[in-house]
Amino acid sequence: MLKVIVFAPLLGAAILGLFGNKMSERLIGLIACSSVGVSAIAAFVAFSKLLGVQPDSGGVRRISETLFTWISVGTFRADFGFVLDPLSGVMILFVTGVGFLIHMFATGYMSHDPGFWRFFAYMNLFMFMMLTLVLGDNFLMMFVGWEGVGLCSYLLIGYFFTLPSAGDAAKKAFVVNRIGDFGIALAMMLIFYKFGTISFIDKEGLVGVFTKAATMPVEALTFSSLWAGGLTTIAILLFIGATGKSAQIPLFVWLPDAMAGPTPVSALIHAATMVTAGVYMIVRSNAIYAKAPMALTIVAIVGALTAIFAATIGLSQWDIKKVLAYSTVSQLGYMFLACGAGAFTAGFFHVVTHAFFKALLFLGSGSVIHSMHHEQNMAHMGGLKKYLKITFATMGVGTLAISGFPLLSGFFSKDEILWKVKSSPILPSNLGLILWLIGLVTAAITAIYMTRMMVITFFGEERFRNNHGSHDGHHGDDHHDDHHSHGHGGDPHESPLVMTVPLMVLAVLSVVGGFVGIPEALAEKIVPHSLHDYTHSFYKFLDPILTPIAASPGNVTGALAQDHHAELMSTVYSTIVALLAIAIGFFLFRDKPLMTMPRLLEQKYYIDEIYDAFIVNPLKSISTTVLWKVVDVGIIDGIVNGLAKFVGFTSRLTREFQSGFTRSYAVFIFVGAVTVLGYFVGYLVFNALR
Amino acid sequence: MGFLGIGILSWVMWLPFVGSLILIFFPKNQKEQIKYFANFWSVVCLGVTLVPLLKFDKSLRGLQFIENYQWIPTIGAKYQLGVDGFSLIMIVLTSALGFLAILSSWSAIEDRLKEYYAFLLMLQTGMIGTFLAADMFLFYVFWEVMLVPMYFLIGIWGSERRLYSAIKFFLYTLLGSVVMLLAILKLYFIFPDLAASAPKTYFEAAKIMAEGNAPMMEMLTEAQRSGATFNIWAMQAIGSARLIPLGLQALLFGAFTIGFAVKIPMFPLHTWLPDAHTDAPTAGSVILAGVLLKMGTYGFLRFNLPILPDASQDPRIVGVIAPLAIIGIIYGALCAMAQKDMKRLVAYSSVSHLGFAVLGIFALNGHGVSGSIMHQINHGISTGALFLLVGVLYERRHTRLIEQYSGLAQQMPNYAVVFMIMLLSSIGLPLLNGFIGEFLILRGTLEANGYWAMFGGLGIVLGAAYMLWLYQRIFFGEVQNESNRTLKDLSVREWAYLLPLVVFAFAIGIYPKPILDYIQEPARIIVKQVKHDYFNRPALTDQKAESQVEEKK
Repeated sequence: MLKVIVFAPLLGAAILGLFGNKMSERLIGLIACSSVGVSAIAAFVAFSKLLGVQPDSGGVRRISETLFTWISVGTFRADFGFVLDPLSGVMILFVTGVGFLIHMFATGYMSHDPGFWRFFAYMNLFMFMMLTLVLGDNFLMMFVGWEGVGLCSYLLIGYFFTLPSAGDAAKKAFVVNRIGDFGIALAMMLIFYKFGTISFIDKEGLVGVFTKAATMPVEALTFSSLWAGGLTTIAILLFIGATGKSAQIPLFVWLPDAMAGPTPVSALIHAATMVTAGVYMIVRSNAIYAKAPMALTIVAIVGALTAIFAATIGLSQWDIKKVLAYSTVSQLGYMFLACGAGAFTAGFFHVVTHAFFKALLFLGSGSVIHSMHHEQNMAHMGGLKKYLKITFATMGVGTLAISGFPLLSGFFSKDEILWKVKSSPILPSNLGLILWLIGLVTAAITAIYMTRMMVITFFGEERFRNNHGSHDGHHGDDHHDDHHSHGHGGDPHESPLVMTVPLMVLAVLSVVGGFVGIPEALAEKIVPHSLHDYTHSFYKFLDPILTPIAASPGNVTGALAQDHHAELMSTVYSTIVALLAIAIGFFLFRDKPLMTMPRLLEQKYYIDEIYDAFIVNPLKSISTTVLWKVVDVGIIDGIVNGLAKFVGFTSRLTREFQSGFTRSYAVFIFVGAVTVLGYFVGYLVFNALR
Repeated sequence: MGFLGIGILSWVMWLPFVGSLILIFFPKNQKEQIKYFANFWSVVCLGVTLVPLLKFDKSLRGLQFIENYQWIPTIGAKYQLGVDGFSLIMIVLTSALGFLAILSSWSAIEDRLKEYYAFLLMLQTGMIGTFLAADMFLFYVFWEVMLVPMYFLIGIWGSERRLYSAIKFFLYTLLGSVVMLLAILKLYFIFPDLAASAPKTYFEAAKIMAEGNAPMMEMLTEAQRSGATFNIWAMQAIGSARLIPLGLQALLFGAFTIGFAVKIPMFPLHTWLPDAHTDAPTAGSVILAGVLLKMGTYGFLRFNLPILPDASQDPRIVGVIAPLAIIGIIYGALCAMAQKDMKRLVAYSSVSHLGFAVLGIFALNGHGVSGSIMHQINHGISTGALFLLVGVLYERRHTRLIEQYSGLAQQMPNYAVVFMIMLLSSIGLPLLNGFIGEFLILRGTLEANGYWAMFGGLGIVLGAAYMLWLYQRIFFGEVQNESNRTLKDLSVREWAYLLPLVVFAFAIGIYPKPILDYIQEPARIIVKQVKHDYFNRPALTDQKAESQVEEKK
């Protein structure tokens, strides 16, 4: 069953990759969607099977399949195997589900593109890699998927490869991710070194990593534990990998640029699925993190800083996709903040709800861009709600969900995260409070920039009418030939059904998606008792795979965790903040949609420029001028050629001696004889004197 | 086993040379026939190479298909051939790349065809001989013989600065090998006394590599009895029996290392490589990168480690070699980033990759050594393919400057796909071959020294950077140069020599077991020769891991 889930998209990719260029668009779309569809159905079947499986001794339901032993050298063994458990179960459900919707959307969005087949071959390949990442039953399999999705991301960001920006962005994404991957590779080695295996689960003849980690003692909350080579080191190395893939400080720079790819790619890869792999990995490795409080603290701090940092940038962007990109970075920060506070389930819940509303928002932006003939600059939009009714309504739902509007999906997950951070039993006490405050401020900023985006795009003056020909470079990614161009003068038109249906489905999910994970304190107030089992089912379902975390010594906020009243108050705060921020955003930008934003924010704190100036350019110039031209060609070859010249010189010199003239030989003999004689005389004199 | 009274390994080794002799009798102007014959003959050679591969018994230790004849009785030099899993894989790689190199030359080389193909075949005999020789004297002869055809291949059919590059290549390697010869002679002279003084330890050490292998034991016994021998494995026996004093070991180690480090090439002895690669014809570069460079790492694994085990693990010596390897990794990668010539870029990437292979060797454990061997094979496949791919472009446009190209993904989509696959294999993407070796090396290195792994691993990041940048510049963007608009995509013949490499890249990446099966046992033996008790130590079990944690507390 698991094989079908994973390999159906690969089959699709293979067919499209080999024969796609001779197929009609309709057939290509059919193959691409149905391969993901098969995978999705198989995922649902497997999931329902999983519910019927008898839990093992640890209380975890699990289905595993091993295809063959991949690498086996000495004591090292890595299987080509898959495992379905509650965590990967939830993940494959939304990956295949959202993936299917986005594939469907893309058949409309990408139609008439000359590379249609190539696009869907890459997309299917991505699904294969993503599912391998999620279902892999050991760290190496996960790494296969991890690198694989990186490759597909590279290929799809660079999809419009004739544009220089696409090529640059693709390369940047891959290389920046590589830095993180290196962390994971080292972590994997260290894991094997420590545990003697890299398997997630117990198998015949071997005990899994997490089973072993769960029995180990908690490491100290000190900086020295970071490089002691223990669990904390492993956890930090893994997190370095996560900062790459999930775009956290300092490696987040690739994600905004990645918007050079077609919009469905941004929705699928750079919002809903791939970028959350880092969170998935940390939740998967929670047994290791549970013993590494120092690592958790760092994860939380980095997450919180990324959240607020990216949110402030999002506040000032003009490209509709860039707003969403920074929003994604910021929301991912939230997820890490939750994980760092020890609330892995809350973080993972946000992964799921975020997948719904962020995919929705990206696809919505795609629908807008599509109807605006590939205009992405919001300054040239405005008043679109009249023309794009479905897009407007669904994106509105997404905006409210991400802003934390009461009872929508984002509300429950975000609220839970904030509360868990405030009452975290492991973060040092004051830190929890500070991070909570950062989270709350971020929530407010999020609501403001999302409302701003909606207002600028859909409300107010129809600025696209008087802006023809003045498009300023922001012309966006989707530069393919517009065969169905209606000319720029016509009214924007709503997208076809194949694009709006996914929007509607995702909108519904964004509304109701939160009801499986209503925090307990809130559930008591608003949900009838008979339904409690369902409203908290997400947490209950995932509970078995989590290793209980012991409170850090000296932590006092942890005691809060049981206080339902305090939890409710926290909910009230965040609700007020969200509503207030939405209102501020709406009224502020309704009147002045084109308000100038702080330059520092518009320029993204100049981070790219700083990286270029301090890392990229020095590296390039050192390699060219110093290493290659000076060391290699100058010094080493200089010595080599110098030696050769010296040999040549001496041989020329000796050649001079063999002139063939008797007289010169006589001179040599004379000189030689004098020298020898002189030596003897000197010797005798020396001895006589002694 | 054999045929017509001649051993199978002799067939494998001499057949290419026979081909080059036959070629001499072809009339000069029959170009087609010469090409057809050379291709046909290299297929036959490859086919014959597969015989020992199929008949090889993986469960047996030590050399198989041993041939043992008197050669120069007065000094005890013998014609001794044999393969273990390691050398077997190397000769298969040699024959396979040899065939692809010849096939790729079809339209690339148009003048002095006869000599060209004759030299290529001669070179093949030289390389296979080096891997097969079980006698140091024979090894040395082939090692030197190899230089001659390579020198002419670069010097005659090369590009702009071919003479400079050919001479540089020749002198560098010659200098290295002369020093190596001194070490071989020294071993030859000390062997009789050492072997006679401690026969018991000698035979115990011999057992490590030849237990249960009667013909090989016989060869080793004979060597011990006669005293005057150049047998590599007999030297390994006295070496791994710790009969050579450390001081002498260090000297010999230095001498061998200079010989091998030039060939690999290790920083700072690498500067011949970019020149030689750049100016060699495509086939020459493929052979050079695919096989010749591995002679150096092969030498490390055959001579330095087993014969000089104390020196090989002396921290003062490893403390120099490993950092040099790491410098090579990073330095090669950075220089690759700076290159404007595609071939030179790939050449520098070889410096970086081979640095990895050396690092794996000096991790001195099972994973490191197997990984290193695996990496050598993979480097042969991916870098060989990259040189072939550069050759495809060079044949069309007669320039290798990166700036001359852009937007080729539109003109040559198939070429772009193959290039991408081999590039990914080169930078070690999982499910392609490059990953397996890199991973095992990193794994072994981490066990030896965490810092090595950290700095060495930087090469992986830089590798992605320079390779993808190259790809972007050549394939992405719009076509700028008008003469690139008419470029044709891959022809059938080009597919024919690229596809096998693509298939192998995937096959090894997805299912490396068949190859790992061949190299694991030799790697194990080498490690055991260096560290007798390595495999007797208890595996890293939970108790050890736990006790480490407790210690920290």
